[in-house]
Formats: sequence, C-alpha cells, structure tokens
Amino acid sequence: MRYEAPETLDAAVALLAGESGVAKVLAGGTDLLVQLRSGMLEPALVVDIKRIPETRRIDAEAGGFRIGAAVTGAEMGEHEELVAAWPGVVEAMELIGSTQIQGRATPGGNLCNASPAADCVPALAAAGATARIVGPDGSRELAVEDLVEGPGKIRLKRGEFVASLFLPERAAGQGDAYLRFIPRTEMDIAVVGAGVCLTLDGDGRCTAARVALGAVGPRVILAEEAAAGLVGTTLDEAALEALAAATSAAATPIDDKRGTTDFRRKVVGVLARRAAAVARDRAQGEKA
Amino acid sequence: MTVTVTTTINGDHEEFVCEADETLLDALRDHLGLTGSKEGCGTGDCGACSVMLDGRLVCACLVLAAEAEGRRVETIEGMAEGGELHPLQQKFLDAAALQCGICTPGFLVAAKALLERNPDPSETEVRYWLAGNLCRCTGYDKIVRAVLDTAAEMRSA
Ligand SMILES: Cc1cc2nc3c(=O)[nH]c(=O)nc-3n(C[C@H](O)[C@H](O)[C@H](O)COP(=O)(O)OP(=O)(O)OC[C@H]3O[C@@H](n4cnc5c(N)ncnc54)[C@H](O)[C@@H]3O)c2cc1C
Ligand code: FES
Ligand code: FES
Repeated sequence: MRYEAPETLDAAVALLAGESGVAKVLAGGTDLLVQLRSGMLEPALVVDIKRIPETRRIDAEAGGFRIGAAVTGAEMGEHEELVAAWPGVVEAMELIGSTQIQGRATPGGNLCNASPAADCVPALAAAGATARIVGPDGSRELAVEDLVEGPGKIRLKRGEFVASLFLPERAAGQGDAYLRFIPRTEMDIAVVGAGVCLTLDGDGRCTAARVALGAVGPRVILAEEAAAGLVGTTLDEAALEALAAATSAAATPIDDKRGTTDFRRKVVGVLARRAAAVARDRAQGEKA
Repeated sequence: MTVTVTTTINGDHEEFVCEADETLLDALRDHLGLTGSKEGCGTGDCGACSVMLDGRLVCACLVLAAEAEGRRVETIEGMAEGGELHPLQQKFLDAAALQCGICTPGFLVAAKALLERNPDPSETEVRYWLAGNLCRCTGYDKIVRAVLDTAAEMRSA
C-alpha cells in the first residue's frame, strides 16, 4: 500500500486518477482503518486529504456553509453559527461514536462510506445538502441522496472524490432535527434514523418539508410523499400521525440482528413524528 | 512502501520508519518503545489506545503512523512531569480506580483532555466524554468519582 498526502485538490485527483489498482480516500479513517485492518480492503493507494486546505475549513457561502470534506464532527459542534443554523445536521454528526471518534470522523466519510445506517446522511439529505465532487473532468455539485447508490457504493467515477459539502442558507422559519433509535444511549449503530427539515410561515403553517430516513433501506430514503403531506398543515397531532403512517409506508427495511422489518417500520414513523415536532419547535425559535 | 515520519511526541522531536499501512499505535509501541498506549480492540471501540493528536483526543489504532508527519502527539508517557504524577494519575491510584490497568492509560489521557476543556464537568458530562473508554474490571464508578474528585481538587488548588 502506498500512502500519499497531497496538498492540493488537483494533486489528489491526479493521484486517484493515476492509480490502476484500488485507490481510497482517507478522511478521518474511522471506517477506512477498521476496514484495512480487518483485511476487508487492500488498497494499492491511500490518499489522505487532510493536508488540502480546502478540506479543512468551514466557509460562509451564499448565506449557507461550505464544509470541507475533512472537517470533523468535533469541529462542526464547535462552530456556533453552524450549530445555530443547522442543529439537526450537527446533532446527527455528533451522535457518531465517542469523543475519540468525534475528533476524526467527518460527514464526508459518513456519506462516502455509504452505510445504510450512516447517521449524518438522513440529516444532510433533509437539509438539502449537496456534495462538491472534484475529478479529472472538473467539479460538479450533486445532492447527497443522489451520491449514495447502495450499501458501500457511491456514484463516483475514477479519480473523483468529495471535496466539500454545502448546506444552503437557512430560510426564515426553518428548522431541522435528526433522531435515531439504538438500544442504548451511546456508541451503537442506528437501527432506524429519521431527519426532518421544515419551513413554517408566520402563522405556523408548513410551507416546505423534507423527510429522510436511514437504516430502513439499502440507501437513504427521501420520503417525498410523507413530506408533501405536511405542507399546508400546522403540524398538529393529525398531521404528525399522518406523517408517521406515510414514513412507515415509505420504509423498505430488512430483518437483521438489530431489528425486525415490522419493528423498523413502526419505529421510523415514531421517530419521524418526534423529529418533526423538534424541527417545528426549532423553526418557531424555541430552543429544543 | 516504507515511510519516514518526523514528528513531535510528548514534546520531543522524533523520527521513525514505518510501513504505509501501519497504525500510529503500532508505531508508538513497536518502533518507539512507548508501550503505555494499549490495544484493546483495534477498531475504535475501547479507547485503550487514546492519545492526543494536534490537541485532539483520538484512537491511535485508527490513525496511520504516516499521518503523524509534522504533527504533535501526546501519549500517557508524557503525562507525569518528571517524577511527579499528574493529579489524575495520583487520584486513580489513591481511589483504586483501576484493577488490571489495561484501560487506565486511555482513561487518563481522555480524562485529562476533558479537564483541560472543562474544569468543572458534571457526572453526566464525565460519563459521556468517557463513553469511548471501556473498562472490563471496575464497573466505572470509581473511575468517574476519581475524575470528578480530581477536577474539584484541581479547581481549588
Ligand atoms: C467506534 C465507532 C463508532 C461509530 N459510530 C457510528 C455511529 O454511531 N453512526 C455512524 O453513522 N457511524 C459510526 N461510525 C462509523 C464512522 O465513524 C462514520 O461513518 C464516519 O463519519 C466516517 O468518517 P471518516 O472521516 O472517518 O471516514 P473514512 O474512514 O476516512 O472514510 C470512509 C469511506 O469513505 C471514503 N471517503 C472518505 N472521505 C471521502 C471523500 N471526501 N471523497 C470520497 N470518498 C471518501 C473512504 O475512502 C472510505 O471508503 C463509527 C465508527 C467507529 C469506529
Ligand atoms: S485499541 Fe484503539 S480503540 Fe480499542
Ligand atoms: S481496570 Fe481492567 S479493564 Fe479497566
């Protein structure tokens, strides 16, 4: 295995594109190192992107935030403006692992590892986040939910990698939230996850909604019908009940040791409803 | 591929040669003779390998040794000042906050990082901060008390 730590995006692209064997990007390494050490993966080349300045910054952009692909969960949690604007995305990221893992894990790695249970991905998808992909043909911007293809698979071409994520400007009356179910309070993999982002008008009526579900399908599910059902409501009990039913219907979970199909289907509805209530309170400016 | 790494460990300039796929934990233990950091799992779950990397608490088993180039690494070996134990180390001994001791270096490095950021943590904060450090012997209570008591003593010192 070759290890390279280029200092520019172009140099990283050239290294990745020039490798004929398996080439892997290294961000925080909290997935990659585990895979390397278990022998699951034997790359010919590992490209550490942390020495590229663009990957290490959180920049204000168009009213939103551009988050470099090597920014860690801990750094996101320490960024006051980001926490204030996108509390749901930050809380999803901060759920990942321990203090030690937080010092290394990145949202880009969470996304590109493409685990169906990745915690940050539903929150990013609900927030309408995009990924900036750089590669031999230049750069492009892709919705995060479109980047993930299936378990462990992302839609990147040879030589391409994610340079940064973009969170749009938080609109007036907008709030987001992420909740997951695990059998304990820390250090476990989501059995079910739900991210919700809502916009309310001055009368508390919902004008826009995005709902994204984790661990209930091979990839993150954008529950568009469930979200559409919220628009025009005041997020009252009836609307939240309808949301729960619609998200349960949108889920396509599997049975495994972490949970049965029926359990996941039920819990995803419960979590979506609860996350929607938190997002609503945040949209109305209550600290939740 | 072998890599030559120049880095700072516990304030000292160090240079070592390692394989590209070797972890920082293996480099510390096998090339540098710093065997205080332990390997409990090798998968980021137990925290026995906790070290500071550029001021951040991390699992050395999930860092490539090559990544340490030009960075600052602090390990358990740097915690005592000369012959004088850090107050956390002394308290762990006095309060019997360890049994077999395998987890202890990781707990100490992690607890020190906490107290540097937050000199007055609540019990809940201590427990969450240390959630990535596993102990198979003590049942955690003595560890948590030792951290809280050390924090109180350091505040009044
Ligand atoms: C103890 C422990 C607990 C964990 N708990 C959780 C949890 O609760 N929830 C959860 O979702 N995950 C959890 N994880 C998994 C992991 O920490 C997260 O998925 C993390 O966000 C991965 O980020 P990273 O920067 O470490 O990724 P890396 O390990 O660096 O990379 C992951 C994968 O993505 C690729 N990659 C990384 N960055 C890019 C990029 N910019 N462009 C293209 N490809 C890229 C890598 O090549 C690799 O295949 C846990 C892991 C451990 C060890
Ligand atoms: S050995 Fe590193 S976390 Fe267990
Ligand atoms: S004292 Fe034995 S594992 Fe903690």
